[in-house]
Amino acid sequence: MARRAPLGTALLLLLAGCGGSADDGAVAAGSGSAELGGTVTVFAAASLTDVFTDLGERLEADHPGLDVQVSFAGSSALATQISQGAPADVFASANEAQMAVVSDAGLAAGEPQVFAANVLQIAVPAGNPAGVTGLADLAREELAIAVCAPQVPCGAAAEDVLAAAGVTAAPDTLEEDVRAALTKVELGEVDAALVYTTDVTAAGDAVEGIDVPEAEQRPNDYPIAALADAPNPEAAAAFVELVRSDEGRQALADAGFRVP
Amino acid sequence: MGMVRRRAEPGVPVPLLVPAVLAVAFLVLPLAGLVIRAPWGELASQLTSPAVGHALRLSLVSATAATGLSLVLGVPLAWVLARSRARGRSVLRALVTVPLVLPPVVGGVALFLVLGRQGIVGRWLDQTLDVTIPFTTAAVVIAETFVAMPFLVISVEGALRAADARFEDAAATLGADRWTTFRRVTLPLVAPGIAAGAVLCWARALGEFGATITFAGNFPGTTQTMPLAVYLALQQDPDAAIVLSLVLLVVSVATLLLLRDRWLTRAVR
Repeated sequence: MARRAPLGTALLLLLAGCGGSADDGAVAAGSGSAELGGTVTVFAAASLTDVFTDLGERLEADHPGLDVQVSFAGSSALATQISQGAPADVFASANEAQMAVVSDAGLAAGEPQVFAANVLQIAVPAGNPAGVTGLADLAREELAIAVCAPQVPCGAAAEDVLAAAGVTAAPDTLEEDVRAALTKVELGEVDAALVYTTDVTAAGDAVEGIDVPEAEQRPNDYPIAALADAPNPEAAAAFVELVRSDEGRQALADAGFRVP
Repeated sequence: MGMVRRRAEPGVPVPLLVPAVLAVAFLVLPLAGLVIRAPWGELASQLTSPAVGHALRLSLVSATAATGLSLVLGVPLAWVLARSRARGRSVLRALVTVPLVLPPVVGGVALFLVLGRQGIVGRWLDQTLDVTIPFTTAAVVIAETFVAMPFLVISVEGALRAADARFEDAAATLGADRWTTFRRVTLPLVAPGIAAGAVLCWARALGEFGATITFAGNFPGTTQTMPLAVYLALQQDPDAAIVLSLVLLVVSVATLLLLRDRWLTRAVR
């Protein structure tokens, strides 16, 4: 998680010391055949942990001289760190609001691109003991229901989806983040929770997902951008390109993301 | 009890003074930052908003209930740890102080495993008595007690060990049984220690976050205490979070000062 970043920073400092010899790496950015080297630091939303770890390893395999460091955290925390001058090369946010924090400050190189979307799903414990079938069940007072708090992105999305469906949910708890809501489903302490499809996929057998047709109207878009002050702009461009390539889209789709 | 008050000292040695001043700066400057950065204009509107009122009232009520529960259960436990000669006491002491080092979020999950709907005891409560604990105010009190009671136990046990056992021996030779001795001699003797432990316990319960948000969840009016309200406000509106923190800070400092003047000093005699 985030503790990887200091190592990346240390490596960057080391490399800066021998920058003269790294010039030959700076040809034909992103053309696949270019010899990328050094370290590239990617700041990515926590929900991208599995996919971006995997894609980072693939990029390292393609470029033996390259070290990909991915720092995963909440998008708002990452946006704050970038605004405070953290030496990152790429930022992938779980919503457009946090990307706007970075791009409005002129810290993104070029226009951020939406590379994936996540939609809400109802997560129920394995076997669906309460017989939940759709959004309307979230209004059943006798069930224990978890929804994200309206202050966090998944809660804002949940409010919109419920309002659009005309359902007044009867939640027992407004969770501080989507993983906390999912944990309560995994423990069997709630009968249903509104979480992202990718969280249900990542949770494995302990949790079942029930599709919410109403949620398709309210996807959560994930933008990505190389950063203007990237210490390693060539590798940054290559990482963004990989994420948006067919290979990247396939990995994202496997994890439950919608891809454009 | 062991508190030396206002003994005249001609000066503080420099090797102690410098680190002490640094410690004060380290502890007080962040609070000063909070006060300096606070959007004071918003304070009035935040204080009068019903959401803050609910969270504050819930915090005070649940921290006080948790302290009461800790006193009822923790003082006897402290006595057992300090006075009983049973073997395994040191193991017992280590066990009951584990919540001091356990990350509170883990404590919350552990509470689920015992008292949750699928928990060892909770399942029975749910099926036979139709009582479910998670996501209720009772769950808030339980989570706070779990985290805060060890503070009280440690304080009271220390006071009991420091207390002069000859008073208890005297009571025993005069024919008092152990229960009478405890009530009439031991309790008054360690009252200041109990008071200090209760204050520590209350303060810890008031600030409790991790176990509460895990085991009791977060719902305004039922389980959303001030620390939870602060954390969620921080996600969206840092200014509001600072104001809420100040409210909590002012209330806890005021309460502690009040207790110190009205209760602690009197108990110290």
